[in-house]
Amino acid sequence: MARSVSTRRKTLVTILAWAVAFLIFFPILWTVLTSFKSEGDAIASPPKFLFFDWTVENYVTVQERSDYFKHFWNSVVMSVGSTLAALVLAIPAAWSMAFVPGRRTKDLLMWMLSTKMMPAVGVLVPMYLIFRDTGLLDTRTGLVIVLTLINLPIVVWMLYTYFKEIPAEILEAARMDGASLRSEILYVLTPMAVPGIASTLLLNIILAWNEAFWTLNLTAAKAAPLTAFIASYSSPEGLFYAKLSAASTMAIAPILIMGWFSQKQLVRGLTFGAVK
Amino acid sequence: MATAHARGAARVMLSPAVVLLLLWMIVPLGMTIWFSFQRYGLLSGMPPEWTGLTNYRYFLTDPAFFTSIKNTLTLVGGVLAITVVGGILLALLLDQPFWGQGVVRVLVIAPFFVMPTVSALVWKNMFMNPVNGLFAWVAKLFGAQPFDFLAQAPMFSIILIVAWQWLPFATLILLTALQSLDSEQLEAAEMDGAGWLSRFGHIMLPHLTRAITVVILIQTIFLLSTFAEILVTTNGGPGTATTNLTYLVYAQSLLQFDVGGGAAGGIVAVILANIVAIFLMRMIGKNLEA
Repeated sequence: MARSVSTRRKTLVTILAWAVAFLIFFPILWTVLTSFKSEGDAIASPPKFLFFDWTVENYVTVQERSDYFKHFWNSVVMSVGSTLAALVLAIPAAWSMAFVPGRRTKDLLMWMLSTKMMPAVGVLVPMYLIFRDTGLLDTRTGLVIVLTLINLPIVVWMLYTYFKEIPAEILEAARMDGASLRSEILYVLTPMAVPGIASTLLLNIILAWNEAFWTLNLTAAKAAPLTAFIASYSSPEGLFYAKLSAASTMAIAPILIMGWFSQKQLVRGLTFGAVK
Repeated sequence: MATAHARGAARVMLSPAVVLLLLWMIVPLGMTIWFSFQRYGLLSGMPPEWTGLTNYRYFLTDPAFFTSIKNTLTLVGGVLAITVVGGILLALLLDQPFWGQGVVRVLVIAPFFVMPTVSALVWKNMFMNPVNGLFAWVAKLFGAQPFDFLAQAPMFSIILIVAWQWLPFATLILLTALQSLDSEQLEAAEMDGAGWLSRFGHIMLPHLTRAITVVILIQTIFLLSTFAEILVTTNGGPGTATTNLTYLVYAQSLLQFDVGGGAAGGIVAVILANIVAIFLMRMIGKNLEA
């Protein structure tokens, strides 16, 4: 008796949950569907949901007209580059704080976090001028530098919380066996921390990929990543739904897939360990 | 048991990250402060000139400043209200047993991974457009007049777009917190005859308080800097109806080339963000001790 009630309840919850999930996901689904329509079908009224002539023509046009892959590559270089740079800086720093904590380690961590709280617009003017005067404006190098710096605190924090979970005794044992500090970090700590480092990497690539303040303000045609490339579709001449959808789908697909893999670490990374 | 050797090494390995962040903090911020006291136009060709507090006086008495503060608060408040209430409801729903939890979770989280420029353009054109948008079609279906969202209710529309992006974040964090709740405690309460509402009010909600606070604070930090969504949908308009503080500073510095005025606005933005940051840092710092 009680069991049948709970099955009915489970069915109800299932229907409700799927309905809500469908509603939330619908804009993305609609974008993907529209990207396979002709421009005529894209604005047809009543809208065509599944029964239209599927075409990949939009994808070809987007690539031909606006060199999609150049912007895609800019996004890849900038997000992967800045993430790797941040990791190189953050792994030793997180090691120090996790395994050789000093009196001021906590203050240091909090201070690093506080740099993340500075609104970007507060330093927009000087960054723009510095970039203009050093020739970094509209270059991938410039973006990599800025993105490394804005994400460094998150990377240090995430790594720190992961490293904290590794028992210090193991590292000490390696040290007793005569391992140098370098080999201790490279061959003992890093392999054990691979899951943590991997999720840090993933989350950081996602954040860098979607960053839309500095990428919009510090790039023009040459180094524009996908965020800025898509923004160029907001001009009236770019108002073609199917092509906009094709460009959008290509811009979000890689990161959506990565995001799904990193969803568990997302909470930890974005709350600085405050919610696990 | 850290040796002196290890301490020395730790300091060496810590310094690159610390020095770079220190430079990143001090140099541009110092320059912003310096510029904020200068009369400095990018196009005027005149050398910068010390003007004391003039920039601040202009920026703070500009009617656009008050509008932008009001807009910033409306945007942050609106998005927070939708995402926190919606997030709690969704987390409660998804915490129940049902079929296909994995897939539903994946679908619900998806909007968070969509870059701001894409979500803004998709919503603007494919949903909110008064002629070809899906909402217009739905309105016509019910015999209603299509609504020009971004012209007639620009701020509401932007709140909707931004809330769609952040609802997954709130849901995910609240769901994580909910799942760490001891189920025995809930069962015991149920045995004692506590109804759903009192179980929610007396056990779940107190357990969620911390996660809700974290959601509010972190989102506030990000939402204060909302930029791309405004840039691609309304450009801050109509008039200054959707100009938030971030957009105002951007317009002042890079559209009107007024470096001094923009810098003064930037400093105002930093001060406001810091007020929120202090609370957030306290919360996280407490957790660090535990």
